Amino acid sequence: MAGIEVNALHKRYPDGTVAVDHVDLSIGDGELFVMLGPSGCGKTTTLRAIAGLERQTTGDIRIGDTLVNDLPPAERDIAMVFQFYALYPHLRTRDNLAFPLRAEGLPKAEVNERVEEAARLMRLGPLLDRRPHRLSGGEQQRVALARALVRRPRAFLMDEPLTNLDAELRADMRTEIKHLQGELGTTMVYVTHDQVEAMSLGHRIAILNKGRVEQIGTPLEVYDRPASLFCAAFIGSPPMNLIEVEVADGKLRSKSGLVLTPPPNLPRDRGLVAGVRPEALEVTEPGAEGSVPARVVSAEWLGDEIIYVVDHGGQGDVRVRMPPTVRFDADAPVGLRHTGGPPPVYDVSTEELVA
Amino acid sequence: MAVSINEAVSTDPARDRTPPARRFGGRGLSVLEIAVLTVLAAVMLFPVLWMIETSIKENRDVYAIPAKFFDFQVTLDHFKDVFFSSGGGRSSLSVSFLNSVVVAGVSTVLATVLGVPAAWAYSRFAVKAKKDQLFFILSTRFMPPVVVVIPIFLMYRQLGLIDTKLGLILIYTAFNVPFTIWMMKGFVDEVPAEYEDAAMLDGYTRLQAFRRFTLPLLLPGIAATAVFALIFSWNEFVFAIFLTSSDSVRTAPPAIAGLIGGTTVDWGLVAAASVVFALPVLVFAYLVRKHLIAGVTLGAVRR
Repeated sequence: MAGIEVNALHKRYPDGTVAVDHVDLSIGDGELFVMLGPSGCGKTTTLRAIAGLERQTTGDIRIGDTLVNDLPPAERDIAMVFQFYALYPHLRTRDNLAFPLRAEGLPKAEVNERVEEAARLMRLGPLLDRRPHRLSGGEQQRVALARALVRRPRAFLMDEPLTNLDAELRADMRTEIKHLQGELGTTMVYVTHDQVEAMSLGHRIAILNKGRVEQIGTPLEVYDRPASLFCAAFIGSPPMNLIEVEVADGKLRSKSGLVLTPPPNLPRDRGLVAGVRPEALEVTEPGAEGSVPARVVSAEWLGDEIIYVVDHGGQGDVRVRMPPTVRFDADAPVGLRHTGGPPPVYDVSTEELVA
Repeated sequence: MAVSINEAVSTDPARDRTPPARRFGGRGLSVLEIAVLTVLAAVMLFPVLWMIETSIKENRDVYAIPAKFFDFQVTLDHFKDVFFSSGGGRSSLSVSFLNSVVVAGVSTVLATVLGVPAAWAYSRFAVKAKKDQLFFILSTRFMPPVVVVIPIFLMYRQLGLIDTKLGLILIYTAFNVPFTIWMMKGFVDEVPAEYEDAAMLDGYTRLQAFRRFTLPLLLPGIAATAVFALIFSWNEFVFAIFLTSSDSVRTAPPAIAGLIGGTTVDWGLVAAASVVFALPVLVFAYLVRKHLIAGVTLGAVRR
């Protein structure tokens, strides 16, 4: 087991595409570290560079104390699970699991023992004599995970391993992976574009955009105080409402008159945008205390909650999360007020968190 | 000969694609269809049938006027003449058939050995100006052989490659490599790169990963590509007739063409030689017909 250090990673392809601009990561021993970002943000390239499947243009990668820049993938002592499971199609489950061990040249008895152990951990018993094409997507993914396990590597690298599964299975596997990682205590780097996956799995999350790290933090930090407008718009479903505000009389006020609790140390000399979570807003009867006049544009009835899209004074639509008991019709005149604590506030021009 | 091979490729999928509704309903239409198709097939296949018929006719029946369609004497003399000269021993035609086998076989193997790894590299790696390179490679096939045959002839004369089998092998390989690269790239694209990634993590080098995991999955594609390359080399006429002259080097197409001319033409021998010439490729194409269709329709449907 080992931590992973990535320093000033830069990857430029021969055709001129810059996949990773500048990435620094410090992943702790035993940590489940998630890299999250939209497609093309460089997360997969970073992971593949850690695996040794891509050679970075510049920058250093250390696994444990070893500088692995010039080591081939096999000598980095890591295991990787792919989005497309990459089980060898001509091998039965048992042989797929044994394959990396046989490649290492381990004695037969130990190979069998380790395969049995991994099969027990991932509950693959009945599947051991099947070939990949006779396994369902979920089963294939469990086999792929088991194949990573048998190596007893210093770190697991997961490249969007759940993307090809259906929603229900994905939630199950998520739990399973988290449990497994906790049990084994092995460092895991997990790449995904699914923020729910990132939030539920990660000890820490790195949000990447355009080949750069926008923010690294625990799921709660990332959710509560996104470090940039990009993160603010990326995390949360629906995402944060970004409302242009100005400071007046010690309050934060939007152009529609919506009043927000101000965070301390606000700079006054620039344009500001407040990031307001949908659950920090409330749709009220028109004219309720502290509310501004607004109008319901549409409502999404999700059963356990209702997402109202509300227009407040022509200042753009905001999304408000309300319990299913509070019901307003579309087009109804309503009030809108802020109920949460001080929201994170961003500089309009730099798009970064200022308070 | 290529005509009949294309036939073999294209009729199969056409039949398979007939929508079920048409197959069961509209009996009148299907009778009409069958009639039209029969007439078309008869017209298209007539030269082939006539060739086969001529190859087994006695000479006097071959030259009979009016032509005899059914009532003729069957003989295999012409086929004997294809392989054996009148004085005993091997005929010059049989030598040219052997030359065809060597030239087409070796050039196909060379094109495959060179083209498959190149296709793999173009498919897997980020290469500088990849699209331009691929277009350049394809562009070498834009010109018909007859346009480049004179410069090639001059170059070959300098290099001493005129009238050698090596010369033909080289030029056929050069013509087949671009085709092999383009066709194989499609097949390689279909094989997920993750197999190689996984194998590399399991301790193989990139080349070992390619050989052990990707290559076996590519075999059907390689078979299809090689057949197309083989058909090209086997049928090629222009280069063969310009670049070779002696009987010991010439391939079958110019040798058969050489039978026509002079005062009399032994049509029976020409037909028999043509049948012998057409058979190997027909048989080969029939054996790999599924892969041929895969090759033709590759990329037409996205998963």
